[in-house]
Amino acid sequence: MTLAARGGVSPTRVHEMDAIVVGAGGAGLYAALELKQELGPTARIGVISKLYPSRSHTGAAQGGVCAALGNTEEDHWEWHWFDTVKGGDYLVDQDAAEVMCHDAVETIINLEHLGLPFDRTEDGLINQRRFGGHTRNYGEGPVRRSCFAADRTGHAILQTLFQQCIRREVTFFDEYQVLDLALPEGPNGRVSGVIAMQTATSELHAFRAKAVLFATGGYGKIFKVTSNAHTLTGDGMAIPYRRGLPLEDMEFFQFHPTGMYKLGFLLSEAMRGEGGFLVNETGERFMERYAPTMKDLASRDVVSRSIYLEIAEGRGIGGSDFVHLDVRHLGAEVLNKKLPDMSGFIRTYFGLEPLTDLVPIQPTAHYAMGGVPTDVDGRVLRDAAGAIVPGFYAAGEVACVSVHGANRLGTNSLLDILVFGRRAGKRMAADLADLPEPAADAEAEASVKARVRDLLEGTQGERPAVIRAEVQETMFTKCGVYRTEQLLTECRDEVAELRERARHLLVDDKGSRYNTDLGEAFELNFLLDCAEATVGSALARRESRGGHAREDFPERDDADWLKHTFITRDPAGGDLSLTYKPVTITKFEPKARTY
Amino acid sequence: MMNVQLRIRRYNPEADDAPHWEEYAVQAEPTDRVLDLLHQVKWYQDGTLTFRRSCAHGVCGSDAMLINGRNRLACEYLVKDAGTKITVEAIRGMDVVKDLLVDMEPFWESFKQTMPFLVNDEIPADGKERRQSPADRERYEDTSRCILCAACTSACPVFWSDQSYVGPAAIVNAHRFIVDSRDTAKQERLEIMADPDGVWRCRTVFNCVEACPRDIKITRAILEVTGEIGKAGIR
Repeated sequence: MTLAARGGVSPTRVHEMDAIVVGAGGAGLYAALELKQELGPTARIGVISKLYPSRSHTGAAQGGVCAALGNTEEDHWEWHWFDTVKGGDYLVDQDAAEVMCHDAVETIINLEHLGLPFDRTEDGLINQRRFGGHTRNYGEGPVRRSCFAADRTGHAILQTLFQQCIRREVTFFDEYQVLDLALPEGPNGRVSGVIAMQTATSELHAFRAKAVLFATGGYGKIFKVTSNAHTLTGDGMAIPYRRGLPLEDMEFFQFHPTGMYKLGFLLSEAMRGEGGFLVNETGERFMERYAPTMKDLASRDVVSRSIYLEIAEGRGIGGSDFVHLDVRHLGAEVLNKKLPDMSGFIRTYFGLEPLTDLVPIQPTAHYAMGGVPTDVDGRVLRDAAGAIVPGFYAAGEVACVSVHGANRLGTNSLLDILVFGRRAGKRMAADLADLPEPAADAEAEASVKARVRDLLEGTQGERPAVIRAEVQETMFTKCGVYRTEQLLTECRDEVAELRERARHLLVDDKGSRYNTDLGEAFELNFLLDCAEATVGSALARRESRGGHAREDFPERDDADWLKHTFITRDPAGGDLSLTYKPVTITKFEPKARTY
Repeated sequence: MMNVQLRIRRYNPEADDAPHWEEYAVQAEPTDRVLDLLHQVKWYQDGTLTFRRSCAHGVCGSDAMLINGRNRLACEYLVKDAGTKITVEAIRGMDVVKDLLVDMEPFWESFKQTMPFLVNDEIPADGKERRQSPADRERYEDTSRCILCAACTSACPVFWSDQSYVGPAAIVNAHRFIVDSRDTAKQERLEIMADPDGVWRCRTVFNCVEACPRDIKITRAILEVTGEIGKAGIR
């Protein structure tokens, strides 16, 4: 029976919880675990996720997570701090990066205690290896800082945290898609829950809680070639943005240098950490020219731009749009023991043998440095002045703390979700006593209901996939590795047009059972909101810094642009506005960035 | 580009009396994944086609299906290997909820029954990591690679005939902790595995090993668990 035939969408079901976590990747699960540990077994902690927790994209992270344990050579968390600030092209808030790099050591140890299967040294300590942009003694050369579980570190983290959440009896609401926030006092008030659709039944559920954490991940699916899962559609950024809350630094998007050609998913930086390197059409190790010290282990934005320049100058392989990754010399022991998944990908998807063949790679859209602005305890900021939204928290890729600035270092994404997921959980637990009782947002519930009904009853419009393919194409070609005023202007106008077209979407599936067609229609609209915020922020920033490279403004401009972008959309009129927040500099003065 | 005929076993209990086959013509590159073809159908031909997927490169475990008669991940099986006539149906032994999507709840229940978490609340006096030798770490390397896709359990004839059997995936995850030198709940774990619905139900048919997209040596893990049960003197 169709929902429409039953007389419309069913009544909303209500759940009362103490705290709600949206998203079941590393940040969400660590927060939930902390909440349980702080508040005890009777606390009602609900984790709501579009997917089963073990499907979350944290599980796709490969190479490692950095912490200055110093297990295999001298290292100090202050060096890690410097690398993070420099890697972020000095747009990093240094007080936040200090917290992350300092907390890293204790957090990694805690994960080991929780059972994480780290690779070990001969002495039985957590083993460590090199990674891009991580250096000893403030940039002198590469350092072994990345802790890892073969080349599936994210999988190990996700499994371990999921396992411990099972042990602590966290309540899971699996396959629920969150569609809106409850703001019972209006857009300037507190957050007091979420409204979600249960995928299995299409029923709407109102979750009420004093504290809500968004840990929903990124939005890489706005780009045609991306390492991101199909489910990474920016839901957790778009939802607050629609309600008039700001998004920070959305113009900074990381393109990872070694995406598998055309497929987009990653060959870990660990392949270069273990000694692999890039070569162009002539067989030249071109990174030696662009980054004489760090070479292939320069930061990702630098390597991705170098690949683009090689391709632009005709030195792509066969004049085409890719270059080669050479790992042949690593030998069977390293490829099969330390990089088994990577070697498997090369064999499965390319039919190539990494021991004897060169591997075609191209930069792939990988990571959002920007997102929902927060402080170091995950509390969401209402504005560039730093006002807090009571009851609302964010952590992980959906958030912008900002510890990655204009470009994130490899391994720091796993560290970010762990450190700040955990800190957000602790903070929520501490805040619960002072937060007011949750209340309903009847207006939001009615509005979600109306949107579901419109999609199910509508008989005319375009397929979501058609519009999605267009936004992915325009974002990849016009708001990608290199940008110009003209390209960005075209992109902005095209995104606006696509948003208009997406007001009328045709959903084939009119049923109530596992209606993923309906779910994808919602996701498309989230993607389009993220695209609008990204291109809007990018157009305004007239400089090049980290993951935002303007051909027409090729230099970094600290005099005018050493500041964070806050973009908001007026929920009533739809007008965009940009404000800026100064970067916090506590120790490292900005200087030219060379590797 | 080549023409591929995709036969999909469709079933929506809300609308259909019984499962039935539908055929779809799609254009594909030899390097396309079967998942790409399913998306072509869902996105451009029939939005009601329903399946789970996320990462699309074999690490999240969402899209185990019975493809050309064998359990595989749709995102790991390429057209050049699958051919131009491809049949896709839901994995077996679990209730079909809609099309290629099955009821996973019993699978998660079996998983949770095995205490799938490290038990050890003692922290080293120096506050640092627990030591574990590379050799001890190696003992659970293989089984810690499981992605919980259910390809093994849904390929097991013992499980097909009786779903009270915990199944190979649950045993793999029990093994991962039983042989972890850091764990302190080994006895309890072995007792769970020695239950009548536990590890003894395995008939070493090896379907699970063939089905596992991670090439985990599942039967070896099962034998190691039975060996540990024997050593612990549990009957």
